Amino acid sequence: MERLHLFLKERADNDLLSWTAQFAAAEHFGISFAHVEEATLELGLLPARYQRNRQAISVVQQLRLFSSTVAVIGCGGLGGYAIEELARLGVGTIVAIDPDVFEEHNLNRQILSTPATLGRPKVQAAAARVAEINPAVTLVPIQIAYAPKNGNDILHGAQVVVDALDSIPTRLALAETCAGLDVPLVHGAIGGWYGQVATQFPGDDTIRMLYSRWVEGKGVEQQLGNPAFTPALVASIETAEVCKILLGEGEPLRHRKLSINLLDMEFAEVRFEPLQEAVGM
Amino acid sequence: MQITVKLFATFRAGRFAVEPRTYPPGTPIVEVIRELDIPEAQIGMIMLNNRHAEPEQELHEGDNLSLFPLVGGG
Repeated sequence: MERLHLFLKERADNDLLSWTAQFAAAEHFGISFAHVEEATLELGLLPARYQRNRQAISVVQQLRLFSSTVAVIGCGGLGGYAIEELARLGVGTIVAIDPDVFEEHNLNRQILSTPATLGRPKVQAAAARVAEINPAVTLVPIQIAYAPKNGNDILHGAQVVVDALDSIPTRLALAETCAGLDVPLVHGAIGGWYGQVATQFPGDDTIRMLYSRWVEGKGVEQQLGNPAFTPALVASIETAEVCKILLGEGEPLRHRKLSINLLDMEFAEVRFEPLQEAVGM
Repeated sequence: MQITVKLFATFRAGRFAVEPRTYPPGTPIVEVIRELDIPEAQIGMIMLNNRHAEPEQELHEGDNLSLFPLVGGG
């Protein structure tokens, strides 16, 4: 360990460590990029790839992100962008959950889909993409559908869960699983020009409230589909929520929903009282 | 009695975004939904004065009613 530390310190430029030096350390000591990244951050050095995170995210916070596990449920429109951004942000472990393979109708918006990945599992494409853009990040691909019966197993160890699902009843179930595990859930949903984001903390009943009138079927997305920009935007806001929760910074979208209308270009913040209080009126 | 109705996303099409509207005192929310010809199955959430509301709840002078469609894609 001391030899590794010395190796890294010798190659640091002030407190920045280049990718070349990280790569050399991994080769020289026969260790993973994740191991090198952890040692680098623990020394108070910043991998140079994160230098534009600075001021927003300190070295200590970067280590916290690296030490974190985030589960992304669904690797389609929202999930693909969320995974891309979490990996670039430097979240150390991303658990990607999706049973599906890419189909042609995904190509209009799902960033992990290309003609070459058609027919390939989405989680496999996610693993390949993350390995390509940030080899220090571990992507755990789980090619199954989230269900209440497997939820505790697949979400075990996650500090935050990202809702990137395309089904309302599955979301409602996921919200319950997260409540049972005491894990915050960052909810995002899209349909056409419209989207919404809200964060449910343990003890909250946010998701149930957002879909309180739901009986069956899908939402506006069934008629409107989903164009390229809506998932990119909503997933970005979800990722910002994840980042803030992991760092304990800022004001999350708790007890409020961001309702996005890109057709009229309106962002409405909808505040609501917790359900239990509202019922007692 | 006058209330303010706010419609979100697709509910605006052919209707309005925000409008003051007049109803007899004690009108339940569900009456407004019917009058606006919004299919109940498309409604995700009803908010009355920033609180989660049920269709049966009665409206009062000055209330703010917001109707959101279901958005569920990913």
